[in-house]
Amino acid sequence: MIYRETGQFKANYADDQALFPIAQDRYVVIAALIVAFGVVPMVLNQYWLNAIMLPFLIYSLAALGLNILTGYCGQVSLGTGGFMAVGAFAVYKLMVAFPELGFIPLVILSGLITAAVGSLFGLPSLRIKGFYLAVATLASQFFLIWLFNKVGWFFNYNATGMITSPPMTMFGVIITGPEGSPMAKYFLVATIVAVFALVAKNIARGRIGRNWMAIRDMDIAAELIGVRPLIAKLSAFAVSSFYIGMAGALYFAVWLGSAEPTEAFDINQSFLVLFMIIIGGLGSVLGSFLGAGFLVLMPILLKNILVDGFGTDSALAAHIEIMTVGALIIIFLIVEPHGLARLWRIAKEKLRLWPFPY
Amino acid sequence: MSERQLGDTILEVNNIGLSFGVMKVLDDISFDIKKGEIRSIIGPNGAGKSSMLNVINGFYHPQEGTITFKGETRKAMAPHVAASHGIARTFQNIALFKGMSTLDNIMTGRNLKMKTNIFWQALHLGPARKEELENREAAERIIDFLDIQAIRKKPVGKLPYGLQKRVELGRALAAEPELLLLDEPMAGMNSEEKEDMSRFIIDVNDEFGTTIALIEHDMGVVMDLSDRVVVLDYGKQLADGVPDEVRANQEVIDAYLGVPHE
Ligand SMILES: Nc1ncnc2c1ncn2[C@@H]1O[C@H](COP(=O)(O)OP(=O)(O)OP(=O)(O)O)[C@@H](O)[C@H]1O
Ligand SMILES: [Mg+2]
Repeated sequence: MIYRETGQFKANYADDQALFPIAQDRYVVIAALIVAFGVVPMVLNQYWLNAIMLPFLIYSLAALGLNILTGYCGQVSLGTGGFMAVGAFAVYKLMVAFPELGFIPLVILSGLITAAVGSLFGLPSLRIKGFYLAVATLASQFFLIWLFNKVGWFFNYNATGMITSPPMTMFGVIITGPEGSPMAKYFLVATIVAVFALVAKNIARGRIGRNWMAIRDMDIAAELIGVRPLIAKLSAFAVSSFYIGMAGALYFAVWLGSAEPTEAFDINQSFLVLFMIIIGGLGSVLGSFLGAGFLVLMPILLKNILVDGFGTDSALAAHIEIMTVGALIIIFLIVEPHGLARLWRIAKEKLRLWPFPY
Repeated sequence: MSERQLGDTILEVNNIGLSFGVMKVLDDISFDIKKGEIRSIIGPNGAGKSSMLNVINGFYHPQEGTITFKGETRKAMAPHVAASHGIARTFQNIALFKGMSTLDNIMTGRNLKMKTNIFWQALHLGPARKEELENREAAERIIDFLDIQAIRKKPVGKLPYGLQKRVELGRALAAEPELLLLDEPMAGMNSEEKEDMSRFIIDVNDEFGTTIALIEHDMGVVMDLSDRVVVLDYGKQLADGVPDEVRANQEVIDAYLGVPHE
């Protein structure tokens, strides 16, 4: 089937306003859902589910969160790792204290706790912008990791300072920690990510999303049409941190099983997620997925090709990986700030008008 | 046009004084704007015209004087308060949301008409959907009025200058303001575009009854459109009256011909 808009006329604004106004877009999304929930669990083995699909989905959720703040609202943050840690430690404490609540409610609660913490650390954004805000969020990153290392209460005073996910079940299947079934974990995470991607898309295309973008593009003009910078920025910090907190909770409880704050949530995580949204596309829900997919897959691909294929030394392969990411970041920042998502849109526009280029 | 029936006073500024450091940008400015009129503010470059609009919509806070809008007297108001009381504006240097489409820019102008909370918006159902559709219809009426249907979904950053000015007017109109402040809406336009823009200003004033404060350098346009004109020069008020009076005023002529200040 050919991707095209020509001939699809909207009889009313409700149709034009629909989530995916072009029928083919709708099919792509439906196809993606069928692949995610039907095909992937059938064809991928446990290694693939565990080593690729889980981190891909969890990072997509974190990238969505950062994209809300940075891509939509224009507030740079280097605190992603710290906020993921908040989600992780929150879900840990909650799992130990209130296991009877069930895992999904606990993940959402952890997101809400992170949202509160994120809004607090977002307060400086009311006075400072750009580079200075980035430094302020960097400070929150270091502060949070220091806090989780230092204050025993967070890791229940165990000697190693590590947190380990107690096994929790859903429909009788273990879904957290090392004993969890990769298949069940995959379904759980995919469901959460699909639902909250839809929520992000809905918020982004409505009043709140427009107000975020207005603050991003021209904060003075936004204020003069009645957008309150305080509310817009803090709500972006809150919603963003909510997503990042849930991602941190899943990252720890479902994927890693146990975590040590300095290793799991350090500044590299902040940069990794930032690179994902730059490569995937700032201000794009789809871009968050593309960027996460790209940066999760690329190291594995490079390793397979270089180390296993050409017998390259694995340290050298790691350097090549870093250099590739660096080069891509520069290319995307200079040439295509809207990232892979924009390339996808250009391809669509070409097809849309096909075969008449004008 | 001076014989038009003007309504009650909607805005009155009294003895406004505004300084930045030692520089007095506005000095003892007083005038009023009546409901339904087109009120122009003219003057040479740097006279303080834009600063005056910034005072009216709360972006600058004057050190002296008061502003009375719809019967309420204030020293100054916050921009979002001015917005919620029905003051909208366009800027001398276009201040559109460059990464957003024409439609989204105009929809953002309707921000204050929209109220549903984040939970309904997250679901995009019920009240949120209804509200979005109602406001979309209002936005589409403005798009039709300004004849910009063809650029509805285009990012505004890439549009030609004249169209950007038109979209910015659309965003201001979307708020359904009672008082519309236009800062040089025709700057940098060719004569055809100027004619279109003049037409829009007259239509907005006629059809919606919107009161307009207009800053413009093109004297032909000003004399044609305005009910009354206030003239500023170096922060001082030189004259205030109907176009013919202002045109005949010797001080105004001197200011425009560049007679040195003693
Ligand atoms: N925020 C500010 N800080 C310092 N000085 C300012 C500020 N805003 C305006 N001014 C000064 O006030 C004076 C009046 O500026 P304003 O922009 O109001 O003039 P204008 O009449 O709109 O001129 P133009 O026709 O060039 O737009 C200028 O000398 C300007 O430099
Ligand atoms: Mg000016």
